[in-house]
Amino acid sequence: MRSTVSNGADFARTRVFKKMIRIYPREDVCIGCRLCEIHCIVQHSKSRNIIKAFKSERRPRKRVEVEEEGHVSFALQCRHCEEAPCVTACLSGAMSKDPKTGAVNNDPERCIGCWTCILVCPYGAIHRVEDGHVAGKCDLCPDREVPACVANCPNEALVMEEV
Amino acid sequence: MKSYLLPEFVIDRDDFRCIRCEVCVRQCANDVHWYDEEDDACYLDETKCVGCQRCATLCPTSALTVRRNPASNPDNANWTMDVLMNIYKQAETGGVLLTGMGCDRDYPIYWDRMVLDASQVTNPSIDPLREPMELRTYLGAKPDALEIKGEGANQRVKTRMAPQLKLEIPVMFSAISYGAVSFNTCESLARAATEAGTYWNTGEGGLHSKLYKYKDHTICQVASGRFGVHADYLEAAAALEIKIGQGAKPGIGGHLPGEKVSAEISRTRMIPKGTDALSPAPHHDIYSIEDLSQLIYALKEASHWVKPVSVKIAAVHNSAAIASGIVRAGADIVVLDGIRGGTGAAPTMIRDNVGIPIELALAAADTRLRAEGIRNRASVVVAGGIRSSADVVKAIALGADACYIGTAALVGMGCHVCQKCYTGKCNWGIATQDPYLAKRLNPDIGARRLTNLLRGWSHEIQEMLGGMGINAIESLRGNRQRLRGVGLSREELDILGIKHAGE
Repeated sequence: MRSTVSNGADFARTRVFKKMIRIYPREDVCIGCRLCEIHCIVQHSKSRNIIKAFKSERRPRKRVEVEEEGHVSFALQCRHCEEAPCVTACLSGAMSKDPKTGAVNNDPERCIGCWTCILVCPYGAIHRVEDGHVAGKCDLCPDREVPACVANCPNEALVMEEV
Repeated sequence: MKSYLLPEFVIDRDDFRCIRCEVCVRQCANDVHWYDEEDDACYLDETKCVGCQRCATLCPTSALTVRRNPASNPDNANWTMDVLMNIYKQAETGGVLLTGMGCDRDYPIYWDRMVLDASQVTNPSIDPLREPMELRTYLGAKPDALEIKGEGANQRVKTRMAPQLKLEIPVMFSAISYGAVSFNTCESLARAATEAGTYWNTGEGGLHSKLYKYKDHTICQVASGRFGVHADYLEAAAALEIKIGQGAKPGIGGHLPGEKVSAEISRTRMIPKGTDALSPAPHHDIYSIEDLSQLIYALKEASHWVKPVSVKIAAVHNSAAIASGIVRAGADIVVLDGIRGGTGAAPTMIRDNVGIPIELALAAADTRLRAEGIRNRASVVVAGGIRSSADVVKAIALGADACYIGTAALVGMGCHVCQKCYTGKCNWGIATQDPYLAKRLNPDIGARRLTNLLRGWSHEIQEMLGGMGINAIESLRGNRQRLRGVGLSREELDILGIKHAGE
């Protein structure tokens, strides 16, 4: 059964049981404010303090990107594909699909920074992150009940669904 | 010409908190904020700020404070800063001052000068959490007497009842037209009214066909411009409302600028795209109560006599007499809209100086209809400045059957009453047709917020009724004994028909 959780939920708690979740954008109500990007950066920062993350620490790269043209916009992050091209293409086996959650994750210890995943991703959802030596992407905020982008969208244009 | 206008607002940006995320830059439709890459700084043009608080609300670090510009001329009660600015504006443009929302002058708010009663010792109060409490009310003409036929167990009511609207809470959403507000605003109102068991009102802009499915909770308005009035529109309503006037601008018509008349609005209003939608000041077929009666019965006939017909007027000096005429003309519901009633656009001088406070108009109309023995023939609904559940309870005690809320509903959806609705650049996605801005009101959120608001009010109304030892809203109606005035003159008390506190 599918259940939809919007940002009204208590996002401070962590996902105790490993659930299969996916994030879907709603283009009709995305207002292009980019607060999802901002809170993604905070979530992946060292201190998780918004002011420190932006001003005094090394700023992590955002894992979600708002695509915008005219009044149409939507936030795009890794789709965690069923048949993920990045997993198939990864030379070192760093990119893998978690059999329990279905999440596609990159192991920075094994990533050799060859950028093959970046080349094959059909969504452009993988980037060189912080130190520039490894690839990074949306990790579905595993230690949050609701991912930061979903929880902080002011217009509920990002929806988390359990699958 | 050099403008002498000073910014209405000043914006303080706490540079320690500002992370240059540019949310403010993207959210302001008035281009107040911008980011300079070279200096890595956010700059401001406060002259464009309307004080809608959108940037301050969405700023993720609360770095922004928008406040009234404290700069003022030497203390002068007569020549206030607002007065000066209005004069500068007109001296520079030669135009009519425009504004939105309702009158913001400090005329007495009688709701705040009336207090409610509660039971103590001699009559028990009721706990609404433990005992049933009835908020349901019916709007429409009630018979003079009930005739019963049959005997014993077979007794049945013989009298044929006029069509009624069933309200689960005596609060409805006021007429706000599609055109003045965005489609998402209309959808939020329609969905919330359906959810809460009350009604929303289309206003004079017709009804978008996507909203026909909410027909059981829709009141369709027929105004002087007759925009979007056709057979399907009349069918898609639970009740019909003839708008003669509105509290924000009694005696004058409406003007929706052509820029706001998009393809969808043109289709809904049945006017060419991009043309100004002009509502005449009067209905050109109504110059007397008899003429009004003709339209009332034409609408009843067109809707197969199954829908109540309401007539809405602005509260003006002789509205009690007019209300009497409206009832005699055959209306099922009379709506009075007071001076604080809102609008998408009105000349400032009209909005702030024409009409009377709704409390006085309501009391006068209810008194008159009772004195003439015709109060049962129509329900009385009041609008214009209802801000809380306490205002609703006081209005009902003064004699209203239900209230309309417009501004309060918009505030529930995010409106910050900046009064710039007429610019079409509403940063909250309400009073705009710009697709970029209109998206900002997610109808899922809008409907949820409105439903919450009504739920909160209904709990409070139940508590206040319970405190008075009353278990049904019907028992409070016109029960002015439960009201007392505070700090009111004898004349005001007489008009309101209430005693002073302590009496």
